[in-house]
Amino acid sequence: MSDIHAPALEVWLDGIGLIAPGLPGWQAAVDVLAERAAWQASPSELPAPSMLPPAERRRASRVIRLALALGEQAVAHAGADASQLATVFTASGADGHNCHALCEQLAGDDRQISPTRFHNSVHNAAAGYWGIASRSMQPCQVICAHDGSFGAGLLDAAAQVVSERAPVLLVAYDSEYPEPMRAKRRLPDAAGVAWLLAPARGDASLARLRIGTASGAAPVTRLPVAAAEALRQQFPSLRGLPVLSSLARGEAAQLRLGYLRELGIDVQVQPCKAS
Amino acid sequence: MSPLVLSTYTLSTCLGRGVRDHVQALRTGRSGLKPCDFETVHLPTWIAEVEDVDAIALPPHLAEYDCRNNRLALLGLETDGFADRVRDAVQRHGAQRVGVFIGTSTSGILETELAYRQRDDATGALPQSLSYRGSHCPFSVTDFARHYLGIEGPALTVSTACSSSAKVFAAAARQIALGLIDVAVVGGVDSLCLTTLYGFSSLQLTSGQPARPYDQNRDGISVGEGAAFALLERPGSDHPSIAVHLLGVGESSDAHHMSAPHPEGLGALLAMQAALRSAGLAPQAIDYINLHGTATYANDAAEGKAVAQLFGGAVPCSSTKGATGHTLGAAGAVEALICALALEHGWLPGSPGTRMLDPAIALDYRIEGSAAPLVHALSNSFGFGGSNCALVLGLRS
Repeated sequence: MSDIHAPALEVWLDGIGLIAPGLPGWQAAVDVLAERAAWQASPSELPAPSMLPPAERRRASRVIRLALALGEQAVAHAGADASQLATVFTASGADGHNCHALCEQLAGDDRQISPTRFHNSVHNAAAGYWGIASRSMQPCQVICAHDGSFGAGLLDAAAQVVSERAPVLLVAYDSEYPEPMRAKRRLPDAAGVAWLLAPARGDASLARLRIGTASGAAPVTRLPVAAAEALRQQFPSLRGLPVLSSLARGEAAQLRLGYLRELGIDVQVQPCKAS
Repeated sequence: MSPLVLSTYTLSTCLGRGVRDHVQALRTGRSGLKPCDFETVHLPTWIAEVEDVDAIALPPHLAEYDCRNNRLALLGLETDGFADRVRDAVQRHGAQRVGVFIGTSTSGILETELAYRQRDDATGALPQSLSYRGSHCPFSVTDFARHYLGIEGPALTVSTACSSSAKVFAAAARQIALGLIDVAVVGGVDSLCLTTLYGFSSLQLTSGQPARPYDQNRDGISVGEGAAFALLERPGSDHPSIAVHLLGVGESSDAHHMSAPHPEGLGALLAMQAALRSAGLAPQAIDYINLHGTATYANDAAEGKAVAQLFGGAVPCSSTKGATGHTLGAAGAVEALICALALEHGWLPGSPGTRMLDPAIALDYRIEGSAAPLVHALSNSFGFGGSNCALVLGLRS
């Protein structure tokens, strides 16, 4: 941590959501990250968004189901009340299938696109559906920083927790594009994490995190489990996995997460108890 | 929040390039809207296009970022000497102590729309030239700007539809307050494309006439484009004796509907209340409100209710979208900087396009601009997905 050149932000990690290929939730991930179970390849499981009203539930795309399930997992894990939470959503892309359908239609003669497709095309669609589902009128920030989206989202979420002295739900997610966009942006599946961050230690607290920015030269922390490391590299939204790995192992750690080429994010993890 | 000074700023819209064109246009009540002639779009609507965007060439080493949105970004950065002022700040503080926070809704999606017309007949592949990172990704404009300006600090795009570039002020202010950075480039860039023109048309939210915010016969928006940037920093002795400051930010969510506002304007009300709290000001301290005022029936009705509830009918307000069009992801920054111009030049902006005020909305809505000494202004921005942001700006010595 010697090269942290900005003040570190201290926050508490109170709840975790996780969905990735072969990792349907945090408990499954704990066993894989702590090397108590082997990772088995299987497509990401995206539960139906039970928290949405029926009309919106029918229209929910993969990326909506992903983001809502992640948030729901983290909130339940922490025993929190979703209706009171500010949120930060971060993703390098939005709904790739919807985007493809729009671009295909706009390239043709009949350009009368569907209104639902249009409002689902905004980068903050998942955040909007979360707001409808959770009934939270708290602030919601929606961020993109390409492959650094997780780092950018974590930095803004931590900054909000510290400056507002209130919890913030961070939801980081990615979903695949169909061809031909897939050739331009290759994401193999849908995946992401949600972290509920709090300003002070509580009964639910899993770890203390000290988060700061640092010059980019040092290499980012890799995961000891090869399958998990492969997921970290494949999905920008999983760039925070090293934090979860040290938590799964019940080990304190100083980690470097990727963000921008010139700027990394350093995280000091102090677990509250062995998991 | 601790006030931050807007040490320099610039804006480019259909009204022209830079501060002087905008001050002139606001004083004369000029509108830059024209019938839609964009690309191959055939829609009976009006648009707000920035002149000569496609004449702008990106430097060769940043060619990967070439798209209409980044051409517009560069046009904006090179107006009013803004880029030079940023480079001075980078020199002064160090490249990693400067952050870049830009709001956009569509980024370079136009490039992808055009690329889909050029798919390979046999394989369906997109042309080699299309760059996801350089144009399509919402981060493209922010990444372009930080490379162009030599900035190495935290960078992010906020993409919350039409509140995007208001919310960047909040994100940047947090990082400055916590000491993560000393200075932030904040702004908004959105450019015309088929998705928004046909999309708003599909929602029946585009008007066949120039937009008429708060008019009793208002019937929709005029889609526009724009680029607006400000340099935010802690107040210091090297700034002018009286300058525009960011005094407060307020954010909220509607939690109501993807594309319709809360009918009572509840989310809007929460955002404005939070902004006043953040600024430590009572409603009576606000001298001018730049309304979100899209000129759709539902938006103006909901916002009008919220503003009337918080401020009564006494605060002068207007929407300038009849002049600039609705610049979507750039609207938050464009309109915050119109507030900055109003404060600096003592001018209450009017509302070009609006003729007969909606009698059901009880506001002191100004159709005509007028000279007035202003100290505090509030700017509203609301987006799809129920994302709201209000900013308070003020003159401070």
